[in-house]
Amino acid sequence: MIEKTIFTVESIYRELLDIKAFCFGDTSRKTLCIMGAMRGNEVQQMYVCSRLVEELKKLEIHGAIAKDKGIMIIPCANYYSMNIGKRFWAMDNTDINRMFPGYNLGETTQRIADGIFSEIQGYEYGIQLASFYQPGRFLTHVKHMVTEFTSDDGLSDFGLPYAVRRTPRPYDTTTLNYNWQLWNTKAYSLFTQSTDDLREKAAEEAVQSVLRFMKNRGIISYPVHSGYITSIIDESDMIPVYSPCGGICRITVKTGDIVEKGQPVAEILNPLTCEIISEITAPEKSVVFFHIASPLIVEGTVIFKLIRNKI
Amino acid sequence: MIKTSAQAMLSVNEKLKIQKNSIKNGNSKKRISIVTGTHGDELEGQYICYALGKYLNENISRLNGTVDIYPALNPLGIDSITRGIPNYDLDMNRTFPGTESGTMPEMIAHEILEDIKGSDICIDIHASNIFLREIPQIRISVPTAEMLVPYAKMLNVDFVWVHESATVLESTLAHSLNSSGTKTLVVEMGVGMRITKEYCSQLMNGIINLLVNLEILKDTDSPSVREPVISLDGAVGFVNSPSAGIFVPEASFGNIIEEGSIIGNVVNPLTAKITEQVTAPCSGLLFTLREYPVVYGGSLIARILRQNEGGSEK
Repeated sequence: MIEKTIFTVESIYRELLDIKAFCFGDTSRKTLCIMGAMRGNEVQQMYVCSRLVEELKKLEIHGAIAKDKGIMIIPCANYYSMNIGKRFWAMDNTDINRMFPGYNLGETTQRIADGIFSEIQGYEYGIQLASFYQPGRFLTHVKHMVTEFTSDDGLSDFGLPYAVRRTPRPYDTTTLNYNWQLWNTKAYSLFTQSTDDLREKAAEEAVQSVLRFMKNRGIISYPVHSGYITSIIDESDMIPVYSPCGGICRITVKTGDIVEKGQPVAEILNPLTCEIISEITAPEKSVVFFHIASPLIVEGTVIFKLIRNKI
Repeated sequence: MIKTSAQAMLSVNEKLKIQKNSIKNGNSKKRISIVTGTHGDELEGQYICYALGKYLNENISRLNGTVDIYPALNPLGIDSITRGIPNYDLDMNRTFPGTESGTMPEMIAHEILEDIKGSDICIDIHASNIFLREIPQIRISVPTAEMLVPYAKMLNVDFVWVHESATVLESTLAHSLNSSGTKTLVVEMGVGMRITKEYCSQLMNGIINLLVNLEILKDTDSPSVREPVISLDGAVGFVNSPSAGIFVPEASFGNIIEEGSIIGNVVNPLTAKITEQVTAPCSGLLFTLREYPVVYGGSLIARILRQNEGGSEK
C-alpha cells in the first residue's frame, strides 16, 4: 500500500487539509478508484472506505490483487467540515460534490474538486460512497446515472438486491458521478443505509459488495459470497409516498419489508395532542426501499419510496 | 391586498406561507412581479419591496395595472439567517420549476412559479452573499439577451452582464420563467445580510422608470436613469485569493482601477506579515469586491470589467 496526499488546502489558523489516498496493486494502472466522504456528515461513507483500506491491505499482503490492476481509495476529502460538525465546506457552505469537474483557478471548493478530479479521472471504474440529502433508511443499493456514455454493465457485479438507474437532472451535471462518466469512467454511486451514524451491518454489506465487484471484474481474487441476483430498476418507477400534512411521523415497517396494498405503514400524529392526523397506507403491493428517519416531518415529505412487487 | 401564493404545513402547529402584496388599480391587465428573498441571507430586496409598496400606496391613482410584490420566497431562510431552505440544506434557486406533487420545496417552487407566470415582466432581486459586495447589475444569459437587454437598460443599473448559460442554472427561477415566456431579469447588488440604501434607491428609480415605460404608471415623469455598461463573459476578469489569510482591501470599490494597482493585501495576524499582495490583472471597473475578510486559497477577491472590452454598447 502506498499512502499519498493528492491535494492540500491551506487555512489561516488550522493545520493543512491533506486529502489522503491509499493505493494498492500496480499503482501505474488506473483500474478502480473509490471515493468516500466529500461532506462533513458522511461518516458511514468514510468508514466503509477505511474498512476497504483494511481489507485491501490484507489482500495485497496475500497477493490477491491482480498484477495489472491498480486501486485507489480516498476515504475523506473534507475532514475540515467533519471536524467542526458541518455538512458542507466550512467557510462558504458550498458542496464539493456540486463543483465537478472543478476549476483550478476558481473558488476554493472548485479548486478542491479540480485537485481531486485531476487525480481520479482516467480510471476504468469509479465508485462513490454517496449519501442522500434527506435523513432516512435505504436498502443498500448501487446507482448510476443514465447518460449516452453508460450502460447497465457492471451494476449486477455488486451482487446487491437492487441497482437503480437515474436520469440526470440539471443539478446533477456538476456531481462527481456525472463527470466521471463524461470522462469515460464507468461510475457507480453506492448508497449504504446511513450517513451520520455508523451501521456496522450495512457497512459490512457495502464492503462485501465492493469486494464482490472487484472479484467479478477480475481486480482481486477473493472468496466472496456471490450475492443476490440484482434487480435493476429505474428511479422513476419507484413509488414515492408523500406526507399529506406535517407532524410527528411514526413508521411501522422496516426497509426490505414486503407490504400489501392498503396495509398501514405509518401514522402522522399531531405533535401537541398525539391525535392521529393521517394514516398512511401502501398504495400497492411493494417492497419498502426507503423510509424517512426524522420524526418531525412537513407536508410533502417523501416518507417512503416503494418498489413495485411484480410477483 | 396581501395574498398567499403558496403554503405548506410545517411539523408543529405552523404553516409556511409565501405571501405577496398585490397592488392593483385601473383597467389595464398589465402585471409586473417583483420577487426577492430566495436566499435567506440576501436582504437588499427587502428595502426595495417596502419602498415600492409605500410609493404605490401613496400614488395609487397613477397606477394602471397590477404590481405583485413577493418579499420573501424563502421566509424560513430569512427568519433564521439561512441562505438555503432550513432543514433541507437546499438552495431554493436550484429547485425550479418544481413539481405539483413533489417534496415541500418542489411543491412550493411549483406554486410560486405558477403564480408569477403570465407577468409582463418579473424582476428577481438578489443581493450578493455575505462574502462579496456588488455594484447594481443585471445578469442575463446569452440566449435571452436580445429579449431582455432593452428592459435591463430601463432599470438604472451600472452594468449588465450577459453570461454563458450553464446547465446547472436551468433550475433557477429566472430560467424557468424565461422558458415559460415570462420575461425575467435577475438583479444582483450590495452585500448579504445588509441593506445598502444608496443602491436600493438607485434600483427603485429604475423600477419606477420601467413602470412608466410599460405604461403601468401614468402621469408620472420618468426618473433619469443611467446607461449601463453591457458586457459579455470575456470582458470580466476574476481575482481569486492566492493564499489563506485575512483580506484587507485597499482599492476603492466601484471605481476604475489600473492594471497592477493594489486591490488589497492578504495578511496573517499571527505572524504580523503580508502573505500576498493582490493586484489588478487588468485595468477596468472594480464591480465586485471581497467584503468578508477571511479567505482560503481560491476565495473570490474581486471582479473587474476590463476597459475597452466592455461598455462598447453604452
